[in-house]
Amino acid sequence: MVAYQVYNRTTGDRFSCEEGQSVLKAMESKGYKCVPVGCRGGGCGFCMIKVISGSYECGKMSKRHCPPEALENGEVLACRIYPTKDLVIECHSEAGNAAD
Amino acid sequence: MRKGVMRPGHVQVRVLDIDEAVQHYTELLGMIETDRDDQGRVYLKAWTEVDKFSLVLREADEPGCDFMGFKVLDEAALNQLEKDLVAHGLEVEQLPEGELKDCGRRIRFTVASGHAFELYADKTYTGKWGVSDVNPEAWPRGLKGMKAVRFDHCLFYGPNLAAVYDVFVNVLGFHLAEQVIDPEGTRIAQFLTASMKEHDIAFIHSDKPGQFHHASFFLETWEDVLRAADLISMTDTSIDIGPTRHGLTHGKTIYFFDPSGNRNEVFCGGDYTYPDHKPITWKAEDLGKAIFYHDRVLNERFLTVLT
Repeated sequence: MVAYQVYNRTTGDRFSCEEGQSVLKAMESKGYKCVPVGCRGGGCGFCMIKVISGSYECGKMSKRHCPPEALENGEVLACRIYPTKDLVIECHSEAGNAAD
Repeated sequence: MRKGVMRPGHVQVRVLDIDEAVQHYTELLGMIETDRDDQGRVYLKAWTEVDKFSLVLREADEPGCDFMGFKVLDEAALNQLEKDLVAHGLEVEQLPEGELKDCGRRIRFTVASGHAFELYADKTYTGKWGVSDVNPEAWPRGLKGMKAVRFDHCLFYGPNLAAVYDVFVNVLGFHLAEQVIDPEGTRIAQFLTASMKEHDIAFIHSDKPGQFHHASFFLETWEDVLRAADLISMTDTSIDIGPTRHGLTHGKTIYFFDPSGNRNEVFCGGDYTYPDHKPITWKAEDLGKAIFYHDRVLNERFLTVLT
């Protein structure tokens, strides 16, 4: 099975993510807690991260939390991105407050 | 004092993908799709409900709740409530008959917490799904998933709870069943009812207006709630918390999310109330126990993850 490495440079955590698996799901299944977990459905904005390098496919995400300009910046929801190369991410500075 | 508002009638929920949402609400919650309209909205009901729909799903680019509607006794009550809302200083919008399929005219208003509500008197009466009005069997065969009994209530987060209380109690005739009071005496949560149920609608204070916490669906028994939890695991559905019991209302509950991140609850039990009952008060210092009676600790997600 193809797997990609995800490195969270904010926390220093590394975990692998299977092809077709979301970054958040991979993180949860490996027992890491380095990205806040919210609705897991692209709706609440809780798991906002910034992708520094790598490539990924996106599922549907709330436009309120991920408007087009955010997507262009790599600001995405971890529950709705599926790596196609190894990723370096950081936790969005608003993480944890995104749904306040 | 009752003013003719009978019960929660419908809620329109925004979803990111209509097909995934319909699958979730039919196959997992066990609601029945009853219609679609030319806007692409999908209409659903739970099996014991007598009107044609209680849940309307609308595809949009952000999830959340468009509005919640209450059914009133008759057209005369609707006319009077409309006058009372206007006299209270609220702007009332008219939605013509048929704007929601097979629903009569509605009036819509937005309260100070930033949430839109509707009143209406007529909706096509289809009767309970799968059972007759005469010598009905106990339940219909062919129900799916959690076999949700009815759409029960919504919980919203927003500011200005005192102003919202004023509208619901003094204009719409609800009464306060339960509340959470902070040490300064401010009400930070209010559970309001137009019936004997401990809540037909609830609000929790948040500075940000218009937030949707959950739509809730009733199940009959604790065994049903456990079975719902099994189904949530079997379908790898995003879980929030539970099964557990609330202090507030004492309902037995589980929370999970639809595929767009809107929170759902299914629950059973819960206390009853009459208009002569004094409100039950929970202290904000004990909010953990008030919300999760067993853990007695709040989970951050329950308070902050909203659509």
